[in-house]
Amino acid sequence: MSSAQSLAAKKQEILKSWFQTTVDSYPAETARFLKNQKDPFANPVGQTTYQSLDALVDALTTDAGPEVMAKALDPILRIRAVQSFTPSKATSFVFSLKQILRRHLPGIDPGSGVDMNDLDRQIDEMAMAAFDVYVACREKIFELKANESRNQFFGSLKRAGLMVETEADGPGF
Amino acid sequence: MADELIKPDELLSQIDHRPSGAGWMDTPVDIRKGMYCYASNPKSVETLGLPNARPWNPLEDDWKLPENWQQIVHDGFRERLDKFRSFKVFMDICVRCGACADKCHFFIGTGDPKNMPVLRAELLRSVYRNDFTTAGKILGRLGGARPMTLDVLKEWWYYLFQCTECRRCSVFCPYGIDTAEITIMGREILNLLGLNIDWIATPVANCYRTGNHLGIQPHAFKDMLDFFVDDIEEVTGVRVQPAYMEKGADILFITPSGDVFADPGTYTCMGYMLLFHYLKEKYGLKITWSTYASEGGNFGFFTSHETMKRLNSKMYAEARRLGVKWILGGECGHMWRVISQYMDTMNGPADFLEEPVNPITGTKFENAKSTKMVHIAEFTADLIKHGKLDLDPSRNDNKIITFHDSCNPSRGMGMLDEPRYVIQNVANHFYEMPANTIREQTFCCGSGAGLNAGENMELRMAGGFPRANAVKYVHETFGVNMLACVCAIDRAALPASMGYWVPEVEVTGLHELVANALIMPGEKERETDLRGEPLPGMEE
Repeated sequence: MSSAQSLAAKKQEILKSWFQTTVDSYPAETARFLKNQKDPFANPVGQTTYQSLDALVDALTTDAGPEVMAKALDPILRIRAVQSFTPSKATSFVFSLKQILRRHLPGIDPGSGVDMNDLDRQIDEMAMAAFDVYVACREKIFELKANESRNQFFGSLKRAGLMVETEADGPGF
Repeated sequence: MADELIKPDELLSQIDHRPSGAGWMDTPVDIRKGMYCYASNPKSVETLGLPNARPWNPLEDDWKLPENWQQIVHDGFRERLDKFRSFKVFMDICVRCGACADKCHFFIGTGDPKNMPVLRAELLRSVYRNDFTTAGKILGRLGGARPMTLDVLKEWWYYLFQCTECRRCSVFCPYGIDTAEITIMGREILNLLGLNIDWIATPVANCYRTGNHLGIQPHAFKDMLDFFVDDIEEVTGVRVQPAYMEKGADILFITPSGDVFADPGTYTCMGYMLLFHYLKEKYGLKITWSTYASEGGNFGFFTSHETMKRLNSKMYAEARRLGVKWILGGECGHMWRVISQYMDTMNGPADFLEEPVNPITGTKFENAKSTKMVHIAEFTADLIKHGKLDLDPSRNDNKIITFHDSCNPSRGMGMLDEPRYVIQNVANHFYEMPANTIREQTFCCGSGAGLNAGENMELRMAGGFPRANAVKYVHETFGVNMLACVCAIDRAALPASMGYWVPEVEVTGLHELVANALIMPGEKERETDLRGEPLPGMEE
């Protein structure tokens, strides 16, 4: 069996274990809620997390590459980027996949057909994509902050009559 | 030596990302940037005559509290338990069933257990048990009691300003405990020590002194509306003439000042102006604005009952001075909770005004019999129901709309169907979000109750996620591109939330949609909507 076939065969176990590890990064009471409430509107964090991980396992199975991974990573990291995680903790779930695969796949036996080095390479790619997505989310937060301040500032100037918008047919044109 | 080095696999397996697992009383508060709002400006606190005005910083150890602060908290707590029976009952009757625990948008979004409504209330209850119950005094920690310490006080401040008082939790409480009331009481007690945030204290001071949150003086307020008159003329060819403080007008109109000064609320404001002009031209109805009562929002509500009362009284003083028949209120959030739940016993009954009747349709607004104040969505829905408005809904055809029930008009005053009725009559494409995210169960925008500052953007985004998640669903399923609402805080807060979570969706007020569809007497052929965007079929 190739890596892809082994991954596909064990997908549910891997996903279950990865999801559990990921929600365990929250306090115990929260983790229980994230895991047990299945309604995507009552529990958007848990369900979005699950869907992101699901898409990431699929991306790994098909060796889909960094772009597909980044797309799958966006929803989960968009959430973790505004929660109380440090950058390393927000993205750590990606690295935990290495351990989980070692626990669930036949391992590094030469005859197993599972190329662990290749899977590690893909997870490293996933980690790099995760850094990019995480930083983009943080940049968006700062952009929103900056925009609100800017609008407030220029709005005040305008209201105070200290700023006049240039008109195309005004003097100098 | 190489043998002593730990193998990568072993190293990896030793990493544990799980939090400590300590109980909530043993989890110290960690005041994190992005989650709190700046402390109030001492000048604003002084203007309002509130205690302990001084500069202070939540991140510093010393909060510059009065020496006897513990006694002040104890006395303030006792005074409120004696004064408000509901508060006493809410302190006693919670059985910690957990029904509310996972209903709070801040808990859902942040994942912080202290944002479970039951636990946020427990921050106060633990001190209540310690200070005011025999069982608490004897059993101490075993009975869930703990003394008020500086750490506990900081925890109160941090988490009571992570609650938007939206009352979603109270919908699910089998005992009907209104956890928002507990936050309100907690914030009142914090105010006794001068522990408020600037996004509340300064608007309240401005409102008290100048008349609105931004401290805009009367001439500037009029200037802004005059700008809109020009903009409206450009779009419609009609020059509207808003009335200011017109004695003997039929109706006084009061809206949050956010509608006058911040996009996209400004388009809603233009919507009101067009509607009022239409009603004057067609039916002779005289509606007046006021630069004195130029604020519908009442941030006093987030300060103390007394402050709320002071701000609310200005609206009624102006109505009395102008001699209007009744008051029409704009698209605001907590203004309506104040009117609906508190006004009558604070400044009411407003028996110098008439019981509101729509002079055009004859409809009596029974619900406003005592407060004499009618919501503009009810008013417009009534006009539409009686066929009094000429509408062309196709002008909104490029807008695929969903409706966000703002917490206060929905849960605070029970207005659920009127805005929907209006939207469905002024536009052709309307889709509801999932049932457990709308109407009584609506999710807060994440920025209400004075938390719509810039410095707490992470908190706003996390708290706004459950709402945005439902918007994302209707965007992906039905192609929704416009989120309508009837609250000025929503119009200020949701654009940022959409920008982060669902950038393809814009935010609009109800009356912007109404005005786009409203066929004005003497209008030119309209090519754009109020935002200057081409109307459907008018694209180049």
